[in-house]
Amino acid sequence: MADEIILLDLWASMLGMRVRVALAEKGLKYEYREQDLRNKSPLLLEMNPVHKKIPVLIHNGKPICESLIIVQYIDEVWYNKSPLLPSDPYQRAQARFWADYTDKLYELGKQLWLAKGEEQETAKKGFMECLKLLEGELGDKPYFGGENFGFLDVALVSFSCWFFAYESFGNFSVEAECPKLVAWSKRCMEKESVSSSLEDPLKIHGFVIMMRKELGVE
Amino acid sequence: MADEIVLLSTWPSMFSMRVRVALAEKGLEYEYREEDLWNKSPLLLKMNPVHKKIPVLIHNGKPICESMIIVEYIDEVWNHKSPLLPTDPYQRAEARFWADYVDKKLYDIGKKIIWSTKGEEQETGKKEFIECLKLLERELGDNPYFGGENFGFVDVSLVTFSCWFHTYESYGNFSIETECPKLIAWTKRCLEKESVSSSLADPHKIHDFASGMRKRFGIE
Repeated sequence: MADEIILLDLWASMLGMRVRVALAEKGLKYEYREQDLRNKSPLLLEMNPVHKKIPVLIHNGKPICESLIIVQYIDEVWYNKSPLLPSDPYQRAQARFWADYTDKLYELGKQLWLAKGEEQETAKKGFMECLKLLEGELGDKPYFGGENFGFLDVALVSFSCWFFAYESFGNFSVEAECPKLVAWSKRCMEKESVSSSLEDPLKIHGFVIMMRKELGVE
Repeated sequence: MADEIVLLSTWPSMFSMRVRVALAEKGLEYEYREEDLWNKSPLLLKMNPVHKKIPVLIHNGKPICESMIIVEYIDEVWNHKSPLLPTDPYQRAEARFWADYVDKKLYDIGKKIIWSTKGEEQETGKKEFIECLKLLERELGDNPYFGGENFGFVDVSLVTFSCWFHTYESYGNFSIETECPKLIAWTKRCLEKESVSSSLADPHKIHDFASGMRKRFGIE
């Protein structure tokens, strides 16, 4: 019996994109359902009653929530293709540690386009520190996973389509500060699974403008 | 060659205690090193340069950080005894979800009860805290453990908070047993396990510790 896979998501969400990349890596077909977070659907509320957030993966009717938990689930169920986590326990712990670390970028990034003045400057500093640390972790490897695209690559790459928006509102250049990381993101974009899952940076920029208006930031 | 296991920890930390429970479940010998977080050791700074926090497990010289990542590592390396995560991927995802819920919610909300001065913040903290515990109690249901018949990953993530309950109750002026009797019954059941009772701190010592910290921060 064929698997039924549904993804509840928001087009601009870098967390949702992580799941899209993982599904594409495994060559899986799924139904994408765009969610309106201002008017949450009964399905979203039923499938994620605890956090009421996206992304939610629904596999044969059963929900899995939290993007990195979903990615790990996908990796474990469809383990026979494009493994994302390494097999060695120590390397797995390292991958999980750094993926957990990338979650910091989400909150800091938000402050970059939501906050002003000193708060924004602090967020910018914190954001760049995170990216530099991650760039250090990448080193000279093609991917964070080593020779192959892996779990940490999935965790981080979706932030790259948000870089233009962050740079624009934060007034800085990611490439100037972290050239190796930008080179890595371009390398990832050569993969079909990534380029088909990430959104156009200009559209993301437009999305942020809209959000700022809505939240009365301008 | 025997494994060399070192745990950098502080005795009141419910996060460190999670690692101690996991190590005890697997029957592992290790060297416990108490850290002074006001004066961090060169070893801690070297082994956890990113967060500079405890717990850190050092296995044959290599560090692993973040308590639930450490617990998963221990479970994977010593997989022949007392498995903590189930084998089924869906159940594993559920276990990770609830352990993540404990991490995201309980610690930060609990902090509002203990460390804020009296008032609205503390009341809100208390309400949210009880809601979280009730949700966890519903998740437990009629199972003996969150892991079902056996003590598992979510049990490890949550049970260490139980030695802080007396402190939360004391400063928040409420009774967890009144609100969540099944959860308290679960904590008592867990404490019957040697791995748990030998790893959790004494609730009265925790209370004294919190009291001392509050004085230090000028709250009391």
